Amino acid sequence: MDWTALWLSLRLAGWTVLILLPLSILLGRLLAYRRFRGKGFTEALIMLPLVMPPTVFGFYLLVAFGANSPVGGIWQSLVGRQLVFSFEGLVLASVVLNLPFAIQPAQRGFEAIPTEVREAAQCCGLSPLRSLLKVELPLAWPGLLTAMVLTFAHTLGEFGVVLMVGGSIPGETKTIAIAIYDRVQAFDDQSAAIMSAVLLAISLATISLTFWLSARVGRRLG
Amino acid sequence: MALDMSAKAAGPIPLDVSFRVAPGELMALVGHSGSGKTTILRSIAGLWTPAHANISVSGEPWLDTETGVDLPAHRRRVGIVFQSYALFPHMSALANVVAAMGHVPRRDKVDKAMELLSLVNLPGLEHRKPAALSGGQQQRVALARALAREPAALLLDEPFSAVDRATRQILYRELRALRSHLRMPTVLVTHDLEEARELADRIVVIEHGRLVRTGTTAEIMFDPAALRAMGLRDLVSVLPAAVEAHEHDGLTRLSTPAGQIWLPGLDASPGARVQVRIHAHEVIVARQRPQEISALNVLPAVVKGLAEGDGPGAVVRLDLAGHELLARITARSVHALSLEEGAPCFAILKSMAVARDDVQHDAS
Repeated sequence: MDWTALWLSLRLAGWTVLILLPLSILLGRLLAYRRFRGKGFTEALIMLPLVMPPTVFGFYLLVAFGANSPVGGIWQSLVGRQLVFSFEGLVLASVVLNLPFAIQPAQRGFEAIPTEVREAAQCCGLSPLRSLLKVELPLAWPGLLTAMVLTFAHTLGEFGVVLMVGGSIPGETKTIAIAIYDRVQAFDDQSAAIMSAVLLAISLATISLTFWLSARVGRRLG
Repeated sequence: MALDMSAKAAGPIPLDVSFRVAPGELMALVGHSGSGKTTILRSIAGLWTPAHANISVSGEPWLDTETGVDLPAHRRRVGIVFQSYALFPHMSALANVVAAMGHVPRRDKVDKAMELLSLVNLPGLEHRKPAALSGGQQQRVALARALAREPAALLLDEPFSAVDRATRQILYRELRALRSHLRMPTVLVTHDLEEARELADRIVVIEHGRLVRTGTTAEIMFDPAALRAMGLRDLVSVLPAAVEAHEHDGLTRLSTPAGQIWLPGLDASPGARVQVRIHAHEVIVARQRPQEISALNVLPAVVKGLAEGDGPGAVVRLDLAGHELLARITARSVHALSLEEGAPCFAILKSMAVARDDVQHDAS
């Protein structure tokens, strides 16, 4: 059992969720409420990671994060480390990769709030921030929860992109999914089986938690 | 504390209006759907900005496209009741009202909210969520929430359209009673002339974003242009009656102040008091009591007033023993029968022209 890899995966998933939560509130809300030029294109762009082969996606990220690219260059001059094959690079890749899993459900969550309810919040004198906190978030919360659970679970299981961008450096970029692959390659079926079972248990627990929470929300609104 | 508004816009919803609502006055904006009446209301609330507009309440400018003043919706002191009520579904009735009390000190909020809920006749239900309230109860919560802000202008957007007719009558009565507490200008948007007549001090008829006619109910009802803008089917008069007996052929006999009438069988026991809605285009007018006619209901009447339009139609106001009955007939018939004020005549109404839905049981 590779505890380091498991801990790394959990940290990666945690950071991804932490970064994507505010981002999905911001972008999900924007896409749900506003009409603007290029909205369809933006939505398509966000969905792109869903349909692209992980290796192709990983390859482009590798190029984008390289020291010769703008993103990689700026990162290197700021932090003094390269972005590829680092935990930070993995987090960034994971954030981009999970955009569709986070933003889509968040957008649907905000879209489910009737326009008149949002307008009523304004007409009750609630500022945009107070309207977000008191009315919109409590109502869009099932969508946001789904978004975060999907992101978390998906990050734990991601393999292709992580391998491309991160390599397999123990304690830095070797996630549990890669560790399992590693063990299978080494004919260590027992370790692979234990780690797979742990991953399965975590996935099952997260999904159950979501269902339990949304059932509670459903009762609260009923 | 008056509300002044003028607005001009070419599209997407054309607007060209200008009006003032006095403090304590209830003005009804009446028109078809798509006439622009809701857009006017939304402009006042700050949910829509016409291309050129000037809106001020109590002398405070809310919107002036000339000078660039545009107060955001949450800073305009309006109370609004939406057609769908738009209550916050995750909050109790009480919390909904409290949500609009940003200006009230924290410790006074609950007391004030309870006061408002009892003002709108909703005691004991303050901890229920909107989903556990009936349509009429939700409407009362929405009204209490609108008043909770101590609004400088009260806006009602078809607030009665989602409840059944009996509840609507009760809510009308409550709103009329409530109005003695209200000193702000109120704008009611409705497509129902009867509702406007029940509640409003003044009616503004609107069509294609323009004010067609402004006046009291009586004035509006006799303006052909206004009637056209509203659709003639809205012309309805109400006759009080009492159930006398259910007859063996399925008809119910009722007595009205002007005489007996027969209607298709009603679900009311003898003695029950009802209100019969009579559509003006279903009424026939005759100068002499007709003989051998299939219509069962012939009531003596006196012509009280007349209004002819530019078209072939006319409205005759009949006096039936002190009650007003409206008849839509052709201008040709008006002349052929020489109907003029004071002329005695007979109002004829087919029994089958009164739908069961048109008879409403008196609540009191």
